[in-house]
Amino acid sequence: MKPIIDLINVDKSYGDLRALKGVSAQIMEGEFFSLLGPSGCGKTTLLRTIAGFEDLTDGVVLIDGKDMDGVPPNQRPANMVFQSYAIFPHLNVGENVAFGLRRKKMSILEKKEKVKEALKMVGLVGYENRSSHTLSGGQRQRVALARALILRPRVLLLDEPLSALDKKLREQMQTELRRLQRQVGITFILVTHDQEEALIMSDRIAVMFDGEIAQLDSPQELYSRPKTKEVANFIGIMNFLPAIASDAKDGLIKVKIPGLGDALIGEDQAPSGSIGTQIGIRPEMLTILLSDDQKAEKEVVGTVVEVNYYGDMSYYSIALDGVTEPLSVSMRNTAGRKVLEPNDKTRVGWGAESLILLD
Amino acid sequence: MKKILKTEGANGLLLVSPTFIYAFLLLAVPIAAVVTFSFWTQNYLDLDTTFTLDNYRAAAQEPIYRVLLFRSLKISAIVTLATVILAFPIAYYISFFVPANRKALWIFLITVPFWTSYLLRIFLWKVILGYNGVLNSGLKGLGLIDEPLTFILYNMNAVVITLAHAWAPFAILPIYVVLEKIDRSLLEASYDLGESRLITFMRVTLPLALPGILAAAVIVFIPTIGDYVTPKLVGGPSGLMISNMIQLQFLKANNAPLGATLAILAMLAVVVTLALLWIFGKLLTWFNRNYFGILR
Repeated sequence: MKPIIDLINVDKSYGDLRALKGVSAQIMEGEFFSLLGPSGCGKTTLLRTIAGFEDLTDGVVLIDGKDMDGVPPNQRPANMVFQSYAIFPHLNVGENVAFGLRRKKMSILEKKEKVKEALKMVGLVGYENRSSHTLSGGQRQRVALARALILRPRVLLLDEPLSALDKKLREQMQTELRRLQRQVGITFILVTHDQEEALIMSDRIAVMFDGEIAQLDSPQELYSRPKTKEVANFIGIMNFLPAIASDAKDGLIKVKIPGLGDALIGEDQAPSGSIGTQIGIRPEMLTILLSDDQKAEKEVVGTVVEVNYYGDMSYYSIALDGVTEPLSVSMRNTAGRKVLEPNDKTRVGWGAESLILLD
Repeated sequence: MKKILKTEGANGLLLVSPTFIYAFLLLAVPIAAVVTFSFWTQNYLDLDTTFTLDNYRAAAQEPIYRVLLFRSLKISAIVTLATVILAFPIAYYISFFVPANRKALWIFLITVPFWTSYLLRIFLWKVILGYNGVLNSGLKGLGLIDEPLTFILYNMNAVVITLAHAWAPFAILPIYVVLEKIDRSLLEASYDLGESRLITFMRVTLPLALPGILAAAVIVFIPTIGDYVTPKLVGGPSGLMISNMIQLQFLKANNAPLGATLAILAMLAVVVTLALLWIFGKLLTWFNRNYFGILR
């Protein structure tokens, strides 16, 4: 795979505010790439520098190997789906989708055919003459997609396209966007603050904090091997416990965790590359041992402090003996399994292989 | 009775009635009176109240009325065109280039001319445009002209200049409002979809601003056609308008019925012009969509 976009030390300042602090990344041809981060982390700014709406303070943006310095948005092989969708209110659906075709050398018939195709692709067959005022949020989103995809850009930029939709529709659009991306084979770059959305849709995710990329990895790597505490906290839920680690010996690190005991972990479980001072463990990696015959590699006793019932899942806050902070533990509510109550005593099991060592 | 008063409809009527009565007394009744008068005749000191179309016949046959009406339409049209064309860049500048925290100040500054009375402003234009006025002495001082320019005061040009200046804020505001309402991401979307800034302006900004531009035109056109102070003060004999004649008929010639007839005709002319303007707007939109679009 070759890179379609090359970001080299991209820097952007607004007066005293440095929105992007030397961001470098390569985005590969045909991949679904997400920029994930809290609001104000610079992800939208980065997207807009790729689109050409923001001038760089420093650094280089290459699209398809060509330096984009001084190339205006209307001459870049990238198209954008705006957060507000930016559907032209004075034009109908067909005219909106055909907007970018004006300059293409095609007969009117060919153009009409293209519009039809694009609308079919997003599931709006026969909507050509609909007024743009009558569209629902999800339909506006589809029109915006069709309008950008009809130009066959090398890169499609999506600025929080799903944030305005309700939960059901959002989940439906997530799968649909993924399907669409595979179907057209165009590189998608998605900006989102929703970690779940990024995990579901992306091939790779760049997690951004404060104008910098904190980690760029596949969804699985990000979730199971976060490099920093910030990333671990932003993607899913992570319990942190202080720990004392010894130097690696034969690829193994010995960790002393007050309250939980000792554990031997692999070197790959210290993804930050240095010997850390705390361990992280995901709620689903802690098992509640309900019956006496259930066993786990390691076991601790604790008291339920709080229960959050989600239907399919329950999230427990459990105070383990000898640990000050209560830990978050999740459990699937499968058939016959009872939901614990606050103040219930229970055994909690864990395994050394699910630990992450962090700074 | 109590039950009827409690219905939503009755409540609504009750709520609008003060405004309605006010509007009825000050708008509908006078118009009805003017219409009625136009079918009567003046018989020296008395009014002859037998129904007749004589006034309309007179208005159609005497060339002076036609000349004045068409001149009024022409002056108002030129004033409207000039005002809107001058107002658009100002509104555009305030909306697109003035930082958000300064916009209120700019709008406020635009209303500054209203702090003095309209009459004073007309007299100031006399001072500026006069034979020995600011403009002429300035140009003479610069050696650009030998003789003072005379085509700038006491004719149509003076009326156009004075009115265009007086009505500029009324044109700037509606255009500014409509430009403010344009979602900036629409312009970015057009730019992103391959159009240049100029074409984006033609394809997106202008069609979306058109309602405001037409509103500005209407706001300027209607009052200027009825203005009689400005033509009287700076218009000279060749700059007089239909309203001056209406005033003359009512107050000097003691011929209220003919004055009423002329007023009705002027009103009809306004209605026809506005209808034409509306059609023009529709045509413009249609043409714009056809010229740039491909689907119709």
